[in-house]
Amino acid sequence: MQSIHGKVLAAVAAVTIVGGVGAAGAQTKVGVLLPYSGVFAALGQEIDDGFVFALEEAGRLDEFTLIREDTEVRPPEGLAKARKLVLQDEVDLIMGIVSSGVLAALRDFVTDSEVPLLVANAGEDSSTGENCSPYVIRVSFSNSQVNRPMGQWLYDQGYRRVYTLAPDYAAGQQMIATFRAGFEAAGGEIAGSEFTPFGRTQDYGPYITNARAAEPDAVFVFYAGSEAIAFVRQYDSFGMKEDIPLFGSGFLTSPLYVDAQGEAAIGVVASLHYVPTIDTPENNAFVEAFRARFDRTPSEYAVQGYDAGQVLMRALDAGADDRASLAREMPRVSYTGPRGPLEIDPLTNNIIQNIYVYDTVSDGAGGLTQEVLDVIERVQDEPMGCTLGQ
Amino acid sequence: MSGSAVFWITQLLNALQYSMLLFLLSIGLTVIFGLLHFVNLAHGALYAMGAYIGISLALRTGSYWVALVLAPVAVTLIGVVLYLLLIRRLRHAGPLSQVLVTFGLIFVFLDVIRILWGDIALGMDPPAALRGMTSIFGVRYPTYRLFIIGMGILIMVVLLVTLARSQIGAMIRAGVENDQMAACLGINVERLFFAVFCLGCALAGLAGVVAVPVLSATPGMGTDILIPALIVVVIGGLGSLHGAILGSFIVGFMATIGAVLLPGINSVLIFAALAAILVFRPQGLIPARG
Repeated sequence: MQSIHGKVLAAVAAVTIVGGVGAAGAQTKVGVLLPYSGVFAALGQEIDDGFVFALEEAGRLDEFTLIREDTEVRPPEGLAKARKLVLQDEVDLIMGIVSSGVLAALRDFVTDSEVPLLVANAGEDSSTGENCSPYVIRVSFSNSQVNRPMGQWLYDQGYRRVYTLAPDYAAGQQMIATFRAGFEAAGGEIAGSEFTPFGRTQDYGPYITNARAAEPDAVFVFYAGSEAIAFVRQYDSFGMKEDIPLFGSGFLTSPLYVDAQGEAAIGVVASLHYVPTIDTPENNAFVEAFRARFDRTPSEYAVQGYDAGQVLMRALDAGADDRASLAREMPRVSYTGPRGPLEIDPLTNNIIQNIYVYDTVSDGAGGLTQEVLDVIERVQDEPMGCTLGQ
Repeated sequence: MSGSAVFWITQLLNALQYSMLLFLLSIGLTVIFGLLHFVNLAHGALYAMGAYIGISLALRTGSYWVALVLAPVAVTLIGVVLYLLLIRRLRHAGPLSQVLVTFGLIFVFLDVIRILWGDIALGMDPPAALRGMTSIFGVRYPTYRLFIIGMGILIMVVLLVTLARSQIGAMIRAGVENDQMAACLGINVERLFFAVFCLGCALAGLAGVVAVPVLSATPGMGTDILIPALIVVVIGGLGSLHGAILGSFIVGFMATIGAVLLPGINSVLIFAALAAILVFRPQGLIPARG
C-alpha cells in the first residue's frame, strides 16, 4: 500500500517537474477564483471567458498558468480555495471573485500574505473604502459608483417622487442608499422604499402593488440575475410600465439575461459601467472579436474579466515580476478599453470609469439591444474611509 | 371606487394567486406523504423540471397550451422512472434514507438542468390569450394571474370531489387511514400507491409550467420553493388534502399581507407561524388521520 502511494507521489512529482520545464520562461501563475457552480455560475464563466480572451487575443496565453478554483457563493469555501492557491500552488496573484461575501472573507488573508487580488466583479463598497487594502485592486465597479449618477440624472429628467425596491442584503442596501443620497441631494423626494427578502421572494406582486399605491413619478430598483428577470416581467404584467417608468441599477436589464425578460424589458432605463453598444472604435473591435470567438455578445461581466487580463498584462509589461511588484504596478495601469478610459484610483484601488445610462430597445429583428442615452464620465468614489492615499 | 379599495382587492388577488401556486405544488407532496409515508424532497426538482420542459415545449411547438398538457406528462414519466429505480426500494427503508436519497436527487436534477438549459434563468411569455390585464371587482389585474387562480380552484374542486365522492377516492382514504386493513379488503394498495405517486408528479409538473410565465425558471427554483411548500404541508397537516388547502391559504395570505403591513419582519412571519404550529399542534391544523 505504502509503495503504491509512494509511486503515485513520485509520478505526480515527475509530471510536475516536466510541466515546469516544458513551460519554461517567465511564467505567471494566476489563481482564478470564480463560482463555476451555484447561482452565480453563469457570471463566473463569463468572467473566465473574458479573461482568457484578453490573453488569447494578445497571443500571450502560454505565458500564464491558470489554476481555477470554484468558490460557489460561499465565503468559507472561497477562503479555503484562496489558501490552497497561495500556499500550495504559490500563485503570483488571484483574479476573480463574484460574491461580495467571498471578497470580504478574503481581504485579510490576501493582505496578510501579501498576494495581490484582482477583483473582477464583487462591488461591495467597503472593500475599496474603510476596509481597503494595497493588495485588493478592483477593475469591475463599486455598488456606489454604478448608482451615484442616477439620482441627479433622474431629477434632471423631471422626476421628483421616486419609489425604490431592492433585495434585502448588502449590495441592495448600498445601491439604494447611494441612489437615494444622490436623488435627495438633487432635490427629489423618496415616495417610499422597501427591501424584499433576498433569494426567497419569487412573487413581487404585493410589492409592485405597494409601489403603485405610493403614486410615485418613477420606480428605481436594483435586482440582478433571476430576481431581475422575474421582477421586470412582473412589473410589466401589472401594466405598471405604461404608468410609472422603471429605472434601475444596470444589472436589472444586463445584456447577459435581457433576452429572458423579452419585451417586458423594453423602455427600462438603467445605469451601468458597460453596455455592448458603446460606439467607440475600441468597443466595436472588442465586440466583433468576442462574437467571432464565442458566438455571443459580451456582457459587462465578460468585459470585467477582459480588463482584468489587460491590467495584468500591462503591469507585467511595466516590469512587474512577483507578488510585490504586481501589487505595485497593477494600480498604475491606465488605458482605453471597451468601456472607455479606465484607471485605478490611487486613493482606494477602485476603478475610475464612465457610467452609461442606457435604455433597452428592440433591435428590429425580434431581439433586444441597448441604446446609450447618456455618459457620465470618470465616475470616482470618495475614499469612504480608505487610507491608501495618506 | 376609492384608491384604497382598489389596493386591497389587488393585494387579496395577489394573495389568492400565490396561495394557488403553493397549493398546486404542496398537494402532490402531501398526498405522496399521506399515502406512501414517503418524504419526497425531490418534489421541488420535479416542479423545476416541469418549468424547464414547459419552456422547451412551448418554444418547440410555439404553443403554451401544448406545453401545459405535455409538461406534466413528461414529469410523470420522470417520476415513473424514479419510482421504479429508487423509490419502490426505499418504501420501507425509513424516513432517514428517504430524505437522504431524495435530497441527493435535488442536486442531480439541479445539475441536469444546468447541463441541458444552462445557468442563466429563462423566461416565458404567457399565451397570447392570457396577456395583458382584465377588469375584475373594479380593479385591473394581470389576466395570467387570474388564470393561475382559476387553475388552482379547478384542481382543488376536482381533487375534493374525487376524494369525497368517487370509488378511487374512498380507496385512497382507506389507504391513508390504514393501508394494511385496506389491503385485506382487497384493494391493490401497491397499484394505488403508484397511481397516486404519478398524480403527485403530474401536479408538480403542472405547477412548474403554470408558474414559469410569472416567476421565470432558474436551476435552483426547485429548492427555493421547497421550503414554503414544506411549511404549507406541515401547517396544514401531513398527508391531508384539506390541510394542504388551508395551509396554502395561510402561507399565501401571510406572505402577501405581511409584505403590505409588516415589510420589515415579513420573512420571519411564516417561520414564526411554523414554529407556533409545531409547538402547539404538531400534527398540523387538519391532520390526515383523525
